[in-house]
Parts: sequence; C-alpha cells; structure tokens
Amino acid sequence: MCLGIPGQLVELDADNDQLARVEVAGVRRIINIGLLEDEILEKGDWVLIHVGFAMSKIDEEEAAVALASLKLMGSGLDDEMEMLRGTAS
Amino acid sequence: MKFVDEYRDPVAAKRVLATIRELAGTERHYKFMEVCGGHTHTIYRHGIEHVLPQNVELVHGPGCPVCVIPMGRIDDAIAVAETPNVIFTSFGDMMRVPGGNGTLLEAKARGADVRFVYSPLDALKIAVDNPERDVVFFAVGFETTAPSTAVTLIKARDDGVMNFSVFSNHVTIVPPIKAILDSPDLRLDGFLGPGHVSTVVGNHPYRFVTHDYGKPLVTAGFEPLDILQAIAMLLRQIDEGRCEVENQYTRIVRDEGNPRALKYLAEVFELRPHFEWRGLGFIAQSALKLRDDFAAWDAELKFSVPGVRVADPKACQCGEVLKGVIKPWECKVFGTACTPETPIGTCMVSSEGACAAYYNFGRLHREAAVTLGRASIPVTSA
Repeated sequence: MCLGIPGQLVELDADNDQLARVEVAGVRRIINIGLLEDEILEKGDWVLIHVGFAMSKIDEEEAAVALASLKLMGSGLDDEMEMLRGTAS
Repeated sequence: MKFVDEYRDPVAAKRVLATIRELAGTERHYKFMEVCGGHTHTIYRHGIEHVLPQNVELVHGPGCPVCVIPMGRIDDAIAVAETPNVIFTSFGDMMRVPGGNGTLLEAKARGADVRFVYSPLDALKIAVDNPERDVVFFAVGFETTAPSTAVTLIKARDDGVMNFSVFSNHVTIVPPIKAILDSPDLRLDGFLGPGHVSTVVGNHPYRFVTHDYGKPLVTAGFEPLDILQAIAMLLRQIDEGRCEVENQYTRIVRDEGNPRALKYLAEVFELRPHFEWRGLGFIAQSALKLRDDFAAWDAELKFSVPGVRVADPKACQCGEVLKGVIKPWECKVFGTACTPETPIGTCMVSSEGACAAYYNFGRLHREAAVTLGRASIPVTSA
C-alpha cells in the first residue's frame, strides 16, 4: 500500500473537482485527486496513486520507473491491479 | 522501457559503487538503517547488500505499516468484525495477519462479513450502498495513507453517512525513529529516510535526527540506483564531517511535504497519548485517533473494542527484526515454521516486510547482483 502505482489522467470530472478518471496499466478507474488541489493537473499528466488517491504528480519517466519496479515485485503489481480492477469504474 | 534503463544502468551503478567504496574505505564499519519497508524490498530484490563493501551494512527498520500492528489490535478488529450487522472492510495485507485469535480471513470463514477494499472510499461506498448495515474500515498505515482516510471521513461527514466508521491504526513515522535512536540495542551511523511518507510530511520533521542525535539522514527513492546514491550521500556527509537531512528523492519529495494532506490530517486526527507497536512496545504520541468532531465515525467509540494486549508468540522475533537488531534469517523460525504461506509474524505477511522480502528474493541475491551491472566485480583502483 505504501509503494503506490502510477496512473495517467484521462479525464477530469467536470462536476466534482476532487475526482478524475485515470488509466493504470490499461485499467481505468475513478480516483480522488483532492490531495493535489495545490497542483495544476491536466489530462495526460501522471500521478502516483496510493489507495485510490493521487499523492504526487510525477513525470512520464518516473511513472515508467515506478511501474517497472512494481512488475519486479513478484505479486506486487498483480495484487494492486486485482484490487484496482475489483473497484474499477 | 528506455527510461527504466537509465535507473538500472550498470555503468551508473558501478560508478556509484566505486564512490561508495572510496568513501567507505576499509578502516571503519558503517551501519545504516533503511526506515521504509519499500526500501527493504528493493534491497533484497536487487541484491544490494551483496554489492556493497563488507564494511557498509544495511539494517531494516520499522517502516512497514502491516508489520508494526500488535496482535491485540488484530483481535480487536476481529471482535468488531464479528459484531452483528457489521461489514468489516480492510486492505488485503491485513487479512492474513495473525492475532491471538486467528486472522480476519479465518473470521470471514467463520461467517463474519469481512471484505477486501482497495481504498477507504470503496469502504464508504459500501456503506452508502448498504444503509441498514454498519460498515467499518480498518485503517492502517503511516502518513502515506492517513490523508486518504482523513479525506474519506470528511466526505462521510459532509454526505451524512452515519453507518460508516473507521477503526484507526494509523501511525506516525517520527516516534519510532526516535525510539530506535534511544534504544541501547543498536548503534547506527545514519538513516535512509522513507520516500513516500516524506511526500506528505516533507523533510523538516527529520531534523531532530541530525540536530539531537548527530546522525545524517538522506530521504531516498525506491530504485536500486536511488538506494546506492543515498548510501553514497550518507558516506560523503560523514567523510566531510557534515550531519544534515538531505533529499535524494527530489523527483517526488519536497522539503515542505504536501501541505494540503497535512491540513486534512490535522483536521481529522489527533495524536493518541500512547500506542503499542510490535517489537517497540508503547510509544508516546506515535499514532492517530479521530478528533472529537468525528466521534460519530470512530469505531472505537461506536463498538465494544476489547482492547486486549496479546504477547507475541515466543518463537516469533518480528520485534527484533523491526528494530534492526537481527536479520530475518537469524530468526529461529524463519523459513521453517514461519513462511509466507503460514506466517507466524507480521514481517512474513506483508510484501513490505523484511522477512517476506528476504524469503522471496534473498535467494536470488547472486543472480540479481549480476543483473545490477556485474557490480559485484571489484572495481580496480585507478
């Protein structure tokens, strides 16, 4: 839960500025972006997601590195993706 | 994956290792603690211990949120989960942690309605969808996950979701570091500071480590090269007679942290007078409880929580592993009675636990060291 998973913003919620749709390794789900209210977030930006919340804005390079690390973590990525998929929307 | 190559670049790794060798010399033994379980994982996964000079030792710290929860809190969680009409929600990791009375998974098998969730917001949604049930979220984690729980509670309040509550086991990172520094068991020369916790709290809270204890601390990222660079930065500080909080993970961590997340934390939580940590015992002001404004959503007030204390099984040495006093393989039951399939202690349950990381990857040390850039080949002195 502490490692985080990178996702790319595909859509900001026009009705709720706390929410955005992200794509994480091919899976889309809604996450909360309220903790990054002080950042300027746009479609296409990458964020590091912990337990359904964007915790840091990252660049594409960092996103690729973080995803590769999770893939190396044995079941790390599988577990994250399974949980994420279970609640995808 | 061209980006990744940069971080796994054998030449870069070799260069940093050469710096580490040069700075470490041979005269003195250096012992650094990596606080974060994510770092422990990287270290074992990539065989970093294997490529460091013999006089540079890494010891593992208490920064694994699942690992530090004492057995009694699991029993409390199970008691709440088995309360009639309750839906008990938890991150997957916590389901397999044994308390004195079994695991949450076993409680589920006995008939309790225990459900995995990915996010506290998913738990809140279950509450909205099941207005006739009481939905409890088992909150664990350091400052990395606590803001998410805080935002969820604010939403529950704003939306008037009264059948939702949180069993808070959130802990804070500074008190255990202080407890370890105060412990006579261990003589450390510096710390690799936690990466993602620091995105929230920033680097300022660690100043006491340098100021009061005279130990350097370098906040580090999670790639093998990040860890190596942070070790080199620690050694350079010592070599130059400096003692500072430095930030290797500037890609993500800002000195001031995330003020917005800190504001939500302060709005929802306050420090508990005491909290029990596995292995470290009771530490004052080391954990978060809900403020009075959120009493209606506090599972500890809403339900009868036994508050039992359960001693760890005699054979289990998670406490000593969490303090860095012993290495995972030095535990009496490591890999025999205690394995990831049948864990006795928490360090074997969580993927961030030192024992699970060593069990799963330690055996690959040699192979990993080669992948890391044939870096184990001694660097010839120029």
